[in-house]
Amino acid sequence: MRDDFIVRVGARIVTPFIVTFALYVHFHGDFGPGGGFQAGVILAAAFALLALVYGLKAVQRVLPPWFVRACAALGVLIFAGVGVATMLLGHNYLGYNALAHDPKHGQHYGILLVELGVLVTVFGVMTTVFYLFAGRAGRGE
Amino acid sequence: MITVVGIVLFTLLGATALALVRVRNLFAVVMLAGVYSLLSAGLFTVMDAVDVAFTEAAVGAGISTVLFLGALALVGHREAQPSHRPILPLAVVAVTGATLVYGTMDLPGYGDPANPVHHHVADHYLEESSREIGIPNVVTSVLASYRGYDTMGETTVVFAAAVGVMLLLAGRRRTPAPEPHEAPAGAADR
Repeated sequence: MRDDFIVRVGARIVTPFIVTFALYVHFHGDFGPGGGFQAGVILAAAFALLALVYGLKAVQRVLPPWFVRACAALGVLIFAGVGVATMLLGHNYLGYNALAHDPKHGQHYGILLVELGVLVTVFGVMTTVFYLFAGRAGRGE
Repeated sequence: MITVVGIVLFTLLGATALALVRVRNLFAVVMLAGVYSLLSAGLFTVMDAVDVAFTEAAVGAGISTVLFLGALALVGHREAQPSHRPILPLAVVAVTGATLVYGTMDLPGYGDPANPVHHHVADHYLEESSREIGIPNVVTSVLASYRGYDTMGETTVVFAAAVGVMLLLAGRRRTPAPEPHEAPAGAADR
């Protein structure tokens, strides 16, 4: 597949759109279907596509394995950290009302932040798992 | 109209499932599994569960297919001939399926607004979420705010899954002992 001109150019053209779509799905999750989980999967799919076309090594130069592993843990930390922050502000764990003067704004910020945590974790996990599978396939045979 | 779409989708789903069982080429199996997921996503959309459909399309038809392809690169794409006829598994599947169908007899009608599930906490979510949370997508309100603990647990589960896969696949590469007669062909040129 790596020598196919159309596939190479096609992958290069659609990747920015996939990444933009992932961000749209995340930030529009309050208004339409979608959210952090779906956005994380779509973002990981963009890099999986690049890896399928340009090879695992090329993608890992941009997105090293240690980075995606760190993302997987960082997302859970963001989510849990929002809970700790609201507790420090004197509310319940994950009580988003604490995050802004107007409770509705607080809810909005809180939801976006925890969904960001979900996005980062899901992206990190999906890419890590893909790296592991694809990396083994490259070593085998 | 919805009924027709549902019947068409279910028919295609059944046909895909049968093809999945019959086909011996694992590459075709992976592709059919992706088709199956996409058809399921269509069915979820018909049932107005767009968020679920979205996830099914992204995970089931997207990432899983790629991971299966990665696994296929390791195991080759011909399924081994089964050594015996699968009478016992068939019986287990048939009995389980019949039990599940029997179980659905007691379920309340699909989409009936009087169903108990719609009157436990759902009323509160639907009526109060615009005042308490203030965002239009109630699914997101429930997921990230009312049920924030659950979602945090799920995120942790996803993380734990990655840790499990890392433990299984990314362990220290076992370098074969330097015995020349044991070294696999092609290992030297890497």
